[in-house]
Amino acid sequence: MITIGKKQLTEIREHGIRDYPYECCGLLLGRYTAEQKIVNETYPISNAREESAKRNRFLIAPGELLRGERYAREHDLEVVGFYHSHPDSPAVPSQYDLEHAWPTYSYIIVSTSANEARDLFSWEQEPDRSRFNPEEIQCP
Amino acid sequence: MPITITIPAPLRQFAGGQSQVAVEAKTAGEALDLLTSTHSALRRHLFNDQNALRNFVNVYLNDEDIRHASGPDTPVKDGDTIMIVPSIAGGAVVESEVGETLPELSHEEILRYSRHLIMPEVGMQGQRRLKAASVLMIGTGGLGAPVGMYLAAAGVGRIGIVDFDVVEESNLQRQIIHGTKDLGRRKIESARDRLRDINPHIEIETHESRLTSHNAMQLFRNYDIIVDGTDNFPTRYLVNDACVLSKKPNVYGSIFRFEGQASVFWAEKGACYRCLYPEPPPPGLVPSCAEGGVLGVLPGIVGAIQANETIKIILGAEDLLINRLLLFDAWPMKFREFKLRKDPKCPVCGENPTITKLIDYEEFCGVAPHQLPPADSKLEEISATELNARRLRGDKIQIVDVREPHEFEIARIPGTKLIPLGHVVTRMNEIDPDVDTIVHCKGGVRSAKAIEALKRAGFNGRLINLKGGIIAWSEDVDPRVAKY
Repeated sequence: MITIGKKQLTEIREHGIRDYPYECCGLLLGRYTAEQKIVNETYPISNAREESAKRNRFLIAPGELLRGERYAREHDLEVVGFYHSHPDSPAVPSQYDLEHAWPTYSYIIVSTSANEARDLFSWEQEPDRSRFNPEEIQCP
Repeated sequence: MPITITIPAPLRQFAGGQSQVAVEAKTAGEALDLLTSTHSALRRHLFNDQNALRNFVNVYLNDEDIRHASGPDTPVKDGDTIMIVPSIAGGAVVESEVGETLPELSHEEILRYSRHLIMPEVGMQGQRRLKAASVLMIGTGGLGAPVGMYLAAAGVGRIGIVDFDVVEESNLQRQIIHGTKDLGRRKIESARDRLRDINPHIEIETHESRLTSHNAMQLFRNYDIIVDGTDNFPTRYLVNDACVLSKKPNVYGSIFRFEGQASVFWAEKGACYRCLYPEPPPPGLVPSCAEGGVLGVLPGIVGAIQANETIKIILGAEDLLINRLLLFDAWPMKFREFKLRKDPKCPVCGENPTITKLIDYEEFCGVAPHQLPPADSKLEEISATELNARRLRGDKIQIVDVREPHEFEIARIPGTKLIPLGHVVTRMNEIDPDVDTIVHCKGGVRSAKAIEALKRAGFNGRLINLKGGIIAWSEDVDPRVAKY
């Protein structure tokens, strides 16, 4: 389960609409507890993919992630997951997403169009890497 | 030498909950091997099935990516720190799918597809995608033959075929999915048997019907990709519009004489057929293959290109023939390519589409039976048997054959004069206006055009079209005249 505030969910949706028709991406910073992840902040990242592939691929370069992690440590947080958008596609992880993920992290996907964010789901990879499982989002 | 490996938070559960692990190693690669031999559950998250670091996993030695040093062979020294950092990548693909939904391959299938599997562009994942995919082929003729055979061989899991024709002798010069033993059989049955023989691991669904505005949407719904192997304009526009409306890729190919075209029309990603050709040509302007002929190997080449693009779509490849029209000319052996652009004013895929459901495509293409020939020209016709009767009676008539000389070589009606359609007006003075003139071609279309052209040119004799052309003559009067 992942707990995330209304403010952070809105930030994700707005980032998705802003970057449409490209994919947006960012980090979810917060804390791991025994049962779940809690998101305190979103950390938007510029899509590092070359222009032609931005529409359906996103990439957070390790340098950017390291910067995000350093920022998180300074604020006593950890990277608990990532978010990205699927322009004009369902908020369901693709095979490509599966091959580029680790368990435990939360992967929030938001389906976007030109002027609205539609479905938003969170996914967690099965520990054997075989698939993604839907993860419950709790919004206090 | 003792060095420290920092484990990223999500992977700690696979390393006994530790955030740091100390190992003694000489190189970065050795350090990771030691780490993952102690904590074996960690390995699959860092390395792929080929034992290479997963492409999104980056290993930093102190502050440097080992890829920029000597990779796994980068030497490490006492007190160094290794960090494992993912570069996060992902994104939507054509068919968003959760990994689990892909079917497994049997041992037999793995053996069969081994030449695919050893290429990373296909691999197990790609082959399973092929198995999960479904393709609908419109027509099992010249183009459909190689398309069907290669898709079946490649292991596309479900192939639908639509056709209503029977196999005829004149098909076999190019439609290599059918054989001599299949003459007179329904094409879908003959094609199904051939595809089953090529690959018994796939499903083949036959639809014996003409594709129409009434059944197209229903049929397309059950398939991922549509491959157009039709030979006429009404069906080509129908396939295009139904693909746009159902958001499916249309893998297009067409052939004529020595020239072929291929493209991928996918309105979601680029131009559709109507962006390229908003309107069909006037009926009769572009002859069909039956009239103009086709080099037998040409559909083999163009159909193989269609199969190639279909497989690439399934595999999620880039550089598809989207917004690209490939032209091929077999005689000088040349490929050319044109850029296509999506037309914002396109009536079906543009910004304000006027076509939102399927229309009457026979009417749209002007080939409704009552419109051929045009209603205003009074075309006088005669049947083959009537013509024979007039000849036997000894009527004074002349017969003009407007086909091409090489067709005249194949078969002719005795006592006719050959004036090919292209010369009929310039050689008008060779036709006696005081005698009834019967004009014929292969099937009756070109002769009707010849009559119109002659009338327009001022010929004032009586012109009569032979209904059904030399084919009708062969069927109804003289079977010794060969059909072709």
